[in-house]
Amino acid sequence: MSNVEDLLQQHGTPPKDVYLDWENGSVIDKEVLDAMIPIYLEKTFGNPAITHKVGWETYDFYVKAKTTIAKPLNVDPQTIALTHSFTESNNLAIKGLLPMYKKKKKIIVSEVEHLSVIHSAKSLFDRQYNVDIVPVSNDGTINLDVLQEKLDDDTLLVSFQTANHEIGTIQPIKEALEIVKDKNEDIFFHTDATAAFGRIPLDFNELGVDLATFNSNKILGPKGIAALYIKEGVKLKSLYEGQLSVEILSPDVENPALLAGFSKAVEIQFRQFDKLKADITKLRDKLLYGLLTSIERTEINGPSGERRVPDNVNISYLGCEGEALTVECSMNGIYVSSGSACSSRVLMPSHILTAIGRKPEEAHGSLLMKLNRLNTEEQVDYVLERMPKIISRIRSITGGIEL
Amino acid sequence: MSSRIPLPYAPRVLELFQHPENLGRMEDATVVATAGSPACGDMIAFYLKIDEGKSVIIKSSFESYGCASNIAAASQLTIMIENKTLEEAWNITWGEISEALGGLPKIKTHCGSLAVGALRRAIRTYYKETNKALPDWLPPDLTRDEHHALEEEALADKLAKKYKLNVPSDE
Repeated sequence: MSNVEDLLQQHGTPPKDVYLDWENGSVIDKEVLDAMIPIYLEKTFGNPAITHKVGWETYDFYVKAKTTIAKPLNVDPQTIALTHSFTESNNLAIKGLLPMYKKKKKIIVSEVEHLSVIHSAKSLFDRQYNVDIVPVSNDGTINLDVLQEKLDDDTLLVSFQTANHEIGTIQPIKEALEIVKDKNEDIFFHTDATAAFGRIPLDFNELGVDLATFNSNKILGPKGIAALYIKEGVKLKSLYEGQLSVEILSPDVENPALLAGFSKAVEIQFRQFDKLKADITKLRDKLLYGLLTSIERTEINGPSGERRVPDNVNISYLGCEGEALTVECSMNGIYVSSGSACSSRVLMPSHILTAIGRKPEEAHGSLLMKLNRLNTEEQVDYVLERMPKIISRIRSITGGIEL
Repeated sequence: MSSRIPLPYAPRVLELFQHPENLGRMEDATVVATAGSPACGDMIAFYLKIDEGKSVIIKSSFESYGCASNIAAASQLTIMIENKTLEEAWNITWGEISEALGGLPKIKTHCGSLAVGALRRAIRTYYKETNKALPDWLPPDLTRDEHHALEEEALADKLAKKYKLNVPSDE
């Protein structure tokens, strides 16, 4: 692997570093780390299920931390199950439900769900389950008329995301829920709220959703911890076997340090939520509309305005191949991702971009940028200054090739 | 190995991506050929200027709609075939390109293969367009790399048809 060092040397040091690939990985807040360190080093590091002082102290911390996490969602702390990732939460919501409610055999998901939802649902094919996939409009909005048609007496679960992680579409979850529960109160509704949590106001209690996924890392908390909201009375079976623990559905030894980080991240994100939301939206609009107006032959992926999550910028640059774009961006110190085939390990363009009707060559030229509270206006100005040159260089390599 | 993480690029790939040699359309090219498809996300146009008396490639250039390794592979190939006879150029394999690039990640080997496919298509086109007799070294049947290009184009057609279902009509 030594040539990676040579590769980095060849890459060189760009004049600035602007990290916008929050979708694929993020740092944690300094404040979050500060909350975690004492738990690694000195206190409440124990097992909350054990009957001694350290155990009880840990249990006390555990309850308080979960209360912090539950508060902005307006739910009871008891309804929050901790998992290791939003992928696990999505798997648990779908696969964990089946053994508890065996009679019904149909699951409905949308075409633009995260692959952890789509693949979880499709993995049930060989267990005689039907999976219906609901299409979306060309801004990524789930088609509720189709949902209405697909619902039947055999439907066990509907799983629709709250917002799309790639193109930022805020989904009509409230309306979808009404349709589902009107059809039959017993049909479960799961929402993957990973891309919405900390971006738009969420009230799972008022919404009346049965299951909801959200995670820590997407709000600058540590990786390795996420949650599944489980409405009281909804039964799930753990995906794997282990020891008796406080987290019945994740039967491992608890990790209080990660929980401390998660709860601190929630605390920070919701401290001045309205202001944070307004600031990010302003920064997002500057970046999004700045790029669209300064660069020709671009197309916005997903909706504009209020129906888009505040942190998402996704644009297709026609005549550019996205993987080459991410490399050229990197040379300029701008770190982003693309929905192009060459950027994926399966060499297929993003299923979300094709679902909204993007032609393959439009999907290949897409770049996803996300913003959060660590990004500054100065960084956005830098990106706006650099991007036209980046695009024009990649287009010059494409040259006269007709697409 | 339990990990499926592809290896990062070798430095040479990044070097050629940053400073591609022989990039761009050639106005006085003897022959032009393209391979790949925009639907698959990689396409190469190959331009050859040929000394027809000596059957030697005087210069060549490329354009690429593709990833960094696609660009680097095409550029590397133009360097390798300079002043080579058509036969010598024909015999260059994607393995040799990959080696010259310091090894392409496994998932990107098709980029090298596509560059070879484009070059061979250009050479075949040259003999076809000039009505010259096929030399002994030029196999009448398509080689593996040419098939690769064809397969990718066929896949692109399939993808395009599949996605058309979702494309809003222009009417």
